[in-house]
Order: sequence, then C-alpha cells, then structure tokens
Amino acid sequence: MSTANSAHSVVEPSSTSKRIAGAIVILYAVITMVPLAWIFLTSFKSPPDSISYPPKIVFQPTLEGYCNLFTTRTRQTPDYIQSLGAPTSTCDEITRNRNMVIAGPSNYWPRFQNSLIIAFGSTFLAVSLGTLAAYGFSRFKVPLADDLLFFILSTRMMPPIAVAIPIYLMYRQLGLSDTALGMILLYTAVNVSLAVWLLKGFIDEIPREYEEAAMIDGYTRLQAFWKVVLPQATTGIAATAIFCLIFAWNEYAFAVLLTSGSAQTAPPFIPTIIGEGGQDWPAVAAGTTIFLVPILVFTILLRKQLLRGITFGAVRK
Amino acid sequence: MTARFRLSGRAVRPDAPASRFLVTPVTDTDTSLMDKAAAKAVRATPAPLAFRVRGLSDRSIAWLFITPTIALLLAINIFPLIWAVYLSFTNFRANRPNAEINGVGLTNYQRVLNDPDIWQAMQTTAHFVFWTILLQMLIGFALAYLIDRKFRGHAFWTTVILIPMMLSPAVVGNFWRFLYQPQIGLFNYIYSFFTGVPPSSFEMLGSVALSPWAIIIVDTWMWTPYVMLICLAGLRSIPDYIYEAAEVDRASAWRQFWSITVPMALPFIMLAVLFRAIENFKMFDMVVLLTGGGPGSTTEVASITLKREAFESWRTGRASAFAIILFVAVFGLANIYVKALNKVKQR
Repeated sequence: MSTANSAHSVVEPSSTSKRIAGAIVILYAVITMVPLAWIFLTSFKSPPDSISYPPKIVFQPTLEGYCNLFTTRTRQTPDYIQSLGAPTSTCDEITRNRNMVIAGPSNYWPRFQNSLIIAFGSTFLAVSLGTLAAYGFSRFKVPLADDLLFFILSTRMMPPIAVAIPIYLMYRQLGLSDTALGMILLYTAVNVSLAVWLLKGFIDEIPREYEEAAMIDGYTRLQAFWKVVLPQATTGIAATAIFCLIFAWNEYAFAVLLTSGSAQTAPPFIPTIIGEGGQDWPAVAAGTTIFLVPILVFTILLRKQLLRGITFGAVRK
Repeated sequence: MTARFRLSGRAVRPDAPASRFLVTPVTDTDTSLMDKAAAKAVRATPAPLAFRVRGLSDRSIAWLFITPTIALLLAINIFPLIWAVYLSFTNFRANRPNAEINGVGLTNYQRVLNDPDIWQAMQTTAHFVFWTILLQMLIGFALAYLIDRKFRGHAFWTTVILIPMMLSPAVVGNFWRFLYQPQIGLFNYIYSFFTGVPPSSFEMLGSVALSPWAIIIVDTWMWTPYVMLICLAGLRSIPDYIYEAAEVDRASAWRQFWSITVPMALPFIMLAVLFRAIENFKMFDMVVLLTGGGPGSTTEVASITLKREAFESWRTGRASAFAIILFVAVFGLANIYVKALNKVKQR
C-alpha cells in the first residue's frame, strides 16, 4: 500500500478508507468462521464437555468423537471390562473409560466410501460427456443450439424433489434403487448441464485457428480435438471437474430419497449419528469435519475460477 | 480487472457488437502460439478440402459429440418429467404399484390449487426467498464494495469469506441445530452475552415466531459470499475512466455511487438475485435438517410439502401435479426475469 502514489489518483481509495474497509471485512470473515471453528472444536470435545453451559472454549481435547464416529459400542459391566486384558488401541481405552467396549465398525466409513465412488464416478462421466458436447456447441453450427443449451440449463431449475418422484419410480422398475450406478447416472445428468455451460465458455476462448492450423498440417478433426483443443482446455476441465465433484459430494435431497442402505452417501448418514440419550455431537462434529476438509482444499484451489463456476459461466473474470 | 457477461448460449466473440463488459484478454502465450500456428499454416500446402474428406465430417462429429449428453438428459430428466406429467392426471400411488391406475383429469391440479396447506407452504417459501435475498444482497453488496477498496490482504480474506457457500447445506445445516440449542448452543450463548437475555429463554428452532428467522440466518450466513462474489465482479467491470470523468465534473462520492456504481453493477446484482431466487425456491436440505418444517408447519417450504405428499402420504399423482405447477412457476418467472435482465444489460 503506497500512500504517496494513491494520493494523486482519483480512483484509488485513501489509506484510511482502506483500513476501515479492511477492518469491517475481516470482522465479517471472522464471524462467519465461528460456526466452522465450533464444528472443529466440538469434534475434539468429550460428550459432557460438548453440552456444558457456558459453552467451553478451553477444554481437554480428546479423540472420543472420532472414536465414536468410526465404531459402534455396547455398554458392559466393569467386571467384564476388567476381564478383557489391556486395551489394544487409544479408542479402545477411551471407550472402556466410559464402561463400554467397541462392538465393531460403524457405517461412517462405508458411507464415506460411497460418497467418494459416486462423486468421482459421476464427475468423470459428466466432464467427459460435457467436454464433447461443449466442443460440439462451440465449434459447429448445431441447429437450435441456443434452445438445446437452454434446455440443458433448464433441467437445473427443477426442485430436486420434483425430479425425485419419477426417478424413484423409474429406478424401482429398473432395479437401480439404492445402487451406486443409479446415483452416478443421476448426478451425471444433473452435473452435465453445468459441465456443458462452463466448458463451452472455456473452449470458446481457445482460438479456432489452432485446430485449423493443425488440420491443414494433416490432422483429422478428431485428432485436432484430442491433441490441440484438449491440452489447451485442461484448466477449464479441471475447474469444471471440481465443481461437479463438490455438487455430488454435497448433494442431500436425492441421496436421502433414493438411497437407504448400500449406496447411501455421507450427507444423509451424518445427521443420523446418535449416541446414548440423543445426538452424539462430538461424533457428528468429527464426521462433519472429515467430510468438509476435502471441500475446503478444493475451494482454495478453485478460488480464481469460483465466480465462473457458480454462475454457470455467465460471469467471467 | 475486466469481467465478461453472457446469458445466451451463443459465444461472445471479440467481433460481436460492442458491449461494455466485453474485453478479451490476449496474453503473451496466446500470441506466441498464434505465431506458431500461423507459421505452420504457411508451411503447409493449402489443401482446403483435404481434411474434410478424411475422417468424419464435421456434421457427424458435431452430432456424435452432442448426442450422448442429450440422450442422458432425455433418459434421466425428460422421460421422468413426461412420466410425472402423465401421473399428475392419475390417482396413482407409488406405495400401491399394482393397484389399477385411473385417469382423473384435472382433479389433482384443482385440489393442489385449492389446498390451503399448499398455499401456506408457498407463503412460507415466499417469505424465506424474500428475506434471504434482501439480506444477502445488502450484506453481499456492502462486502463487495468494501473488498473493492483493495485493502492489504483482501484476496486472502475474500477466500475465507467464500468458504461457507462451498460446504454441504445438509451437513452444515445439521450442525446449526446444535448451535441453536437453547442453553448449550453457541448462538443462544453469544446472543445472551451481548444482550443479557437469558440463553434458555428463547428457542430459535422451537418457537413459531423465531424458526422462520433461524433458517433465514443460516441461509444468509451460507450464501452471502455468493452474492458478494458476483457483485464484486460487477464492481470490477466498471472502468476507472468513468470515475475519473465524474471526478473532473466534481460529482460527489454519493452521486458517483448512485449514478455510476449502482447502475453499472445492476446487471450483476440482478443475475445474483436470479440464481439465489431459483436456488432458494427449491430449498430443501438445509431446512429439512434444521427444523424439518416445524414447529407445526411454520418453516414448511414448498419442497418439504412436496416431499410429504410424495413420500409420506404417497399421493403420487397429486404430488406430481404440485411438482409440475412448481416447475412451470419457476421456469416462467425465470424466463420473464431473464428478459428483463437482458434489457437492463443492453441499456
């Protein structure tokens, strides 16, 4: 910040106004981070600490929430626990201190795996299909192109529940209910509209002259697409993929209506984590923390492309 | 910093009619590659027809590339939609798949439109959409305006502010239930810390008066960054020379704000309103996990009513009719709005 220079510019704000602006924005940023910080802190609290009044900011951190997240436990008599011998792990020890023993793994990890499989599977499909279609719309005169593109976008305007009714019936007929394949296809269909719109914007920005030159050199159209356009579009494809991934990762409405067991993803599962006598908040917080971390990383990676992604490519920077 | 703006499917090209948002960045890599390509083109023997004959024709490639996407959308989006339209004219119930299906004409539509519960849900949705958009626009625009002062570290803090909108509304909404607990919840604690009201004297989620505001607060917390980001692009699209000219004309800061900043950022603000309105009209996950529509039906937005009709009462035909009405409403309103938006843009 150079005050000497800015004093001469009429459009450069004064350093005082900059400082005030900065202070307000930072205050806002800190306030919005409080709920997220609270999730993180709660995940390291013991259940009694998590529900104490006044809410505890200083506490003895424990891994109990994470242990409870990944295990199911049964209450046992102290005599029985005494007879078991030395605890085999930290979680074992924490559980026994509560007069319980670990009965087996919880459903969190399988649900998390489902989230991974469905998110990555649908992203791969949506981006592959989207890249092809975007190239088609970008480079060729497609009859009714604007109508088709608007049709592709309009599929995003439906409330998910409205779409879910017939999908539910259709999947029941086809045996796709509660299967990863069914969810992958559904998320692909939802994401492909975003992928086409975003990627068309990215491909529009690649000059046609590159391919034309390559084709004059003897490449076929397909070779030119593969060897000239795709490498140029890598950034756009990566950004689009992350947007699709985030959507599929976060999606709840379809997941809760169309999956119940084997293909259930993490978002409908996390709210169902309960302990003895109600919701086990440290375990919920632990599950939430693990679930949110990948998105946090992606947000930071994507920050330059965010604007474009959230507006379907309508606003570019 | 320049921004480009586009709402039709057609690509914006540098030779398109001049628009103030339209600046195509040409970077150094572009030019060097361009030169290489040009050199290649010169070296090659001109054979304009050669690449048309070999391999597939452009026309067939275009269809080959576009068809899979259209086919998928037809199978997963359009076919079910047509099915839903068909079901909306029947008395079909999904929990009795073997029962005889009878056509009932427009009865379902009549019942939906005359159902006071559904109108109640539409009112709840309208209240939710109106207040969330108003709050998000005010806070979002103010934040964008402040960030545009380009204070030290503004890029870092912008990224921090953006985090909530990327998170799962369901998973985060579920956790807000904990923050809203009377007595033990952080929200009640902080509120009572600053106001002196006992933290267990009010229930954000349990009271008829407060629960609509509980969901508005969470939605605003989550989506203000979205509006902020779009408004920021709008502010950055205004060229400096306009402000410089205004300064020469001795226009006051207040006057500059209302005569330059607001009108020039308006298309962006309107776009943000459009996207938020569509999203919040469909709102389901965050509300269902926070309040489940309760207490009573004070926060029962349209999607929750729809879910109850379809998956709890199993009146599939009637739910389909409601879904079609919702879709037509969103689609129609969005279309009218986009037309208005394009008018503002062309001004």
